[in-house]
Order: sequence, then structure tokens, then C-alpha cells
Amino acid sequence: MSDATFLEYLVFFSAAVMIIAGAIAVITMRHPVHSALGLVLTLFGVAVQFVAMEAHFLAAVQVIVYAGAIVVLFLFVLMLLGVDEATDLSIEPIKIQRPMAAVVSLGLVALVATAVIRTRDALVINPGTGIDVAAENGDHDANIRQLSESLFSDYVFAFQLTSVLLIVAVVGTVLLTRKWPSERDGS
Amino acid sequence: MIAAIEPNWYLLLGAVLFGIGAFGLLVRRNPLVMFMCIELMLNAVTLTFVALATRMGDIGGQTAVLFVMVVAAAEVVVGLGIILSIMRRRPGATADDLADLKG
Repeated sequence: MSDATFLEYLVFFSAAVMIIAGAIAVITMRHPVHSALGLVLTLFGVAVQFVAMEAHFLAAVQVIVYAGAIVVLFLFVLMLLGVDEATDLSIEPIKIQRPMAAVVSLGLVALVATAVIRTRDALVINPGTGIDVAAENGDHDANIRQLSESLFSDYVFAFQLTSVLLIVAVVGTVLLTRKWPSERDGS
Repeated sequence: MIAAIEPNWYLLLGAVLFGIGAFGLLVRRNPLVMFMCIELMLNAVTLTFVALATRMGDIGGQTAVLFVMVVAAAEVVVGLGIILSIMRRRPGATADDLADLKG
């Protein structure tokens, strides 16, 4: 588990640079459309990291659902609202907000990083059965097969509930954004 | 042999991504950009989930990521619907302007 090749480090660090650069673009761009494009960069970098961790199915879902559907939805709403003008980032209603936000986020990062470094050599208690890798046994669908076995056996009830959640979300959104007849001739 | 790179690197990357997302959420005033920052934080958590699944040798982490993605999709749909109906009523509103419920 320790002898990573140069190529693996290259993939990891270039994808990490993509992720961080995209995230910084999201929070610093004055134009919301540019923020959405930075989000695409970050999401794609995360998909690359998923591939590097042998989570092939999740990488595909990440690209299709996040970079495909969710960012398109963001851009669609941006265009629909016509709020795609640049915002002035120098406006700061609460003076202490940015330093406080920096303190809070740096504190979060420091806390998690400390926890990761402290538990670096900790033994894994109660490990799972291991993750199947496609390259090992020639089974190219190993990841999908193992994931679906887990999904449809241990988590089948939660899986059913997600369908309820999606129905509720879709119906709720249709009701939320609908223009009612009384509103239409009122204002 | 999975992920020759130590999962700890992925955990640190996830922590940094979460921090950037949290900073953006606290600083930005455009509701849509705030929403994108929430997506950044969710992605940091999914990255952490997959890294820990690798470290523990347990596929359950990847299954959890699938649920996170479904919930994130539903959350984006509902959230954008709410933002859409707010913006329709008050064009160009920032998060600071939306204080209608304040007593």
C-alpha cells in the first residue's frame, strides 16, 4: 500500500490542483457563471480521484449527475433569472465577517488535518471484506457488482426511501415554482 | 492492491476542499454562489467517504456516497426552486436582503 508509482502521484496531484483551483474559482469569481464553470472543474477533479481510488461507478455517476445535471441546472437558473451580472465583491456589509469566516474555515481544516495526521498509523478496527479491484481478477465489472450487492442487500430499505425522497422533491419543486392563477393577474 | 497512494492524502484534500467551501459559504452573498459552495462541501465529504472506504476495505462507504449524491440532487432541485421563487418576487436579492422573517 505504500509504494505508489510516480504516475500515481502525478495523477493525484494534478487532480488535486484541479480541485483546489476550481474551488477557489467558485468563491472568488465575480460572475456567477464563472463560478459554475469552476464548480465543473472541481467536480471533474473529484471524479478523477474516484477513478484513482477504484470507485469507477461513482466516478461515472459523479460526471453524469454532478457535472452534467446539477451544474446545468445551476446555469439554467442563472440564465432564467438573468442574474448573470458581475457582483461587486468589495461590498462587505458586516466588517468582521471575512476575518471570522477565515478563522472558522482554517479552524475546520486544522481540526480535520490534525485528526487525520494523529490517526495515521491507527489500526483498522472491524474492517470490511475488502474492495474488489477490476485489474486483480480480470472481472471488469467488479466495482459495480460489489456496489450493487451492497446496495440491494444491506441498504435496500434506504434505497427504496430515496425514491420517495426524489418524488417528494420533484412534486415540491413544481408546486413551489408554479405561478398560481391569482398571482398571474395580480402582479 | 487498491490506491497505492495513502488514503490520508485524500482525507487532507477533502479537508482543504471543505474549508474552501465553508469560507465561500460564509463570505459570498449571492444565494446561487452560496449554493455552489454547499456543493463543494458535499463533494469534500464524498471524497472523504471513498477514501475511508478504501482504507477500511469496506464497500459501504461507496454506497453511502451514492446516497449522498441522490440527496444532493434532491436538495439542489428544491433549493433552486426556492431561490427561483424568491428571485422572481425580488430581483437581484442577496442573502442579506432576505430578512423578511426577522421579527
